[in-house]
Amino acid sequence: MFALINLSYLAAAVCFILGIKGMTRPKTAVRGNQLAAIGMLIAVVAALLHQEIISYAAIIAGMLLGGAIGVWLAKRTATTEMPELVASLNGIGGGASVAVAASTWMHAVNATGAGSGGWTAAILASIVIGSVTLTGSVVAVLKLKGNIGDSRNNRLWHSVTLVTLIAAVAGAVLFATSSSTSPLALAALVGLCLLLGIGLVQPIGGADMPVVVALLNAYSGLAGAATGFVLGNQGLIITGSLVGASGLILTAIMCKAMNRSLPNVLFGGVLGGSDSTASQQDEGEFYDGKVKYATPDDLALLLDGARKVVMVPGYGLAVAQAQHAVKELANQLEGRGAKVSYAIHPVAGRMPGHMNVLLAEAEIPYDQLKDMDAINPELPQADVAIVLGANDVVNPAAAEDPNSPIFGMPILDVHKAKTVVVVKRSLSAGFAGIPNGLFIRDNSLMVKGDAKEVLQATTSAIKEL
Amino acid sequence: MELFALSFTIFILALFVGVELINKVPPTLHTPLMSGTNAISGIVIVGAIISAGSTELSPNVAGVLGFIAVTLASINIVAGFLVTDRMLNMFKRKG
Repeated sequence: MFALINLSYLAAAVCFILGIKGMTRPKTAVRGNQLAAIGMLIAVVAALLHQEIISYAAIIAGMLLGGAIGVWLAKRTATTEMPELVASLNGIGGGASVAVAASTWMHAVNATGAGSGGWTAAILASIVIGSVTLTGSVVAVLKLKGNIGDSRNNRLWHSVTLVTLIAAVAGAVLFATSSSTSPLALAALVGLCLLLGIGLVQPIGGADMPVVVALLNAYSGLAGAATGFVLGNQGLIITGSLVGASGLILTAIMCKAMNRSLPNVLFGGVLGGSDSTASQQDEGEFYDGKVKYATPDDLALLLDGARKVVMVPGYGLAVAQAQHAVKELANQLEGRGAKVSYAIHPVAGRMPGHMNVLLAEAEIPYDQLKDMDAINPELPQADVAIVLGANDVVNPAAAEDPNSPIFGMPILDVHKAKTVVVVKRSLSAGFAGIPNGLFIRDNSLMVKGDAKEVLQATTSAIKEL
Repeated sequence: MELFALSFTIFILALFVGVELINKVPPTLHTPLMSGTNAISGIVIVGAIISAGSTELSPNVAGVLGFIAVTLASINIVAGFLVTDRMLNMFKRKG
């Protein structure tokens, strides 16, 4: 029976691997996800067969409660809120790992006393990574929602983090060496690690949350793998390291797309920091009288003659929920024989692939969504590039001005298109806090306003032409 | 200790499989990939079930923690798979 249960876990892990393999193509992805769900079902059934289980009441109650909350979360979350949902799920996964590790430790201590050194180390790893993931994710979600801003006093947070880190390491060493059996010692350690999670994420700027969310995704997987070591369950180890690898790769992709190293994101604090007031004054001069404004009617006239149009969505599109409005305008243009494609920067939006999901929701075929490397060579041939609520990822300073703080960051070369139309609510700076030379170029026009309203006005103006 | 060494070997090998596999996922599907991995990280429910079920009816701290763990892991599994399915179906419709 024991062997059968363990083989079931292996089968589950194989299902997960094949499920992720399915996700390498949009056509097979839905089936891949279903296969992974079947793997989970196998694992749950196998776990229920363990002979140590003597009461099913708590299990069933927990599953019903958690399942109901899960269904509710999945149904009510809009596609614009996916980053918050994923960040929350990271935290919940971390919390689950902590709870399992703590509970397993208490059972073991009650029965036989603490286990071997490797086992204790695994318990500690589960608790440290899980707790940091839990509170770190809470802070990340609040920052994504805009409930808490970037802290002004990063030095204070860094010292709090350092002190907590030292205390946590000391506590962990004491815990491991003294083979303590007091639940209070464990609770104190969990408390310290929870504080550590807050201290690590709070000083990181809201703009860098995509990296943090991807990294916490990796942590939640590694916490799961550590739990696998605790339980001596290889299926759990395989699954945890898959999730960990996924999060780490996405973290690396995001860092590369911002031309920053991971330590710089984690410990560099908010870009610009206290200089923000100074740069705002410069902005007035920077743009003064040089920006050419246009109306949706002008935009319609311009688009009427365009053969090749590239849409460049950014976070502003998500805020305005303008994905359906883009599709309507694209339908009009395609009806007039124009070719429409969408240029997607890796860090557009608030998490990897966020723009793609929004545009897919509006039923835009995914073969029209081009990533940076594919679209940049095509941009010089584009008649019109429409920038929808993106800013730093189209700032030519990143390519041309060696003194710019974002110099070297890969950007979408929209300034090479024949005409660039920037749809934006205001001239305010993007996440990097610097003015954008694109807005005052000869070939650029600005349409001020909410992306959705501007697009709808343009669509109706085109219909009347 | 032998079990630990074996487990560690599996851990490292699985990391390599993960890196190879995930590198092939196109950027278009990165958001569903993240929510999908959220769902499968709910596999800790296996440990949670054993923790929650191996206590007698009289509740103790370990049992309560087990119940909390089952609840949290179930949220991850159900919300993760459902929301991933919802997103992936959007990609399936066209193209």
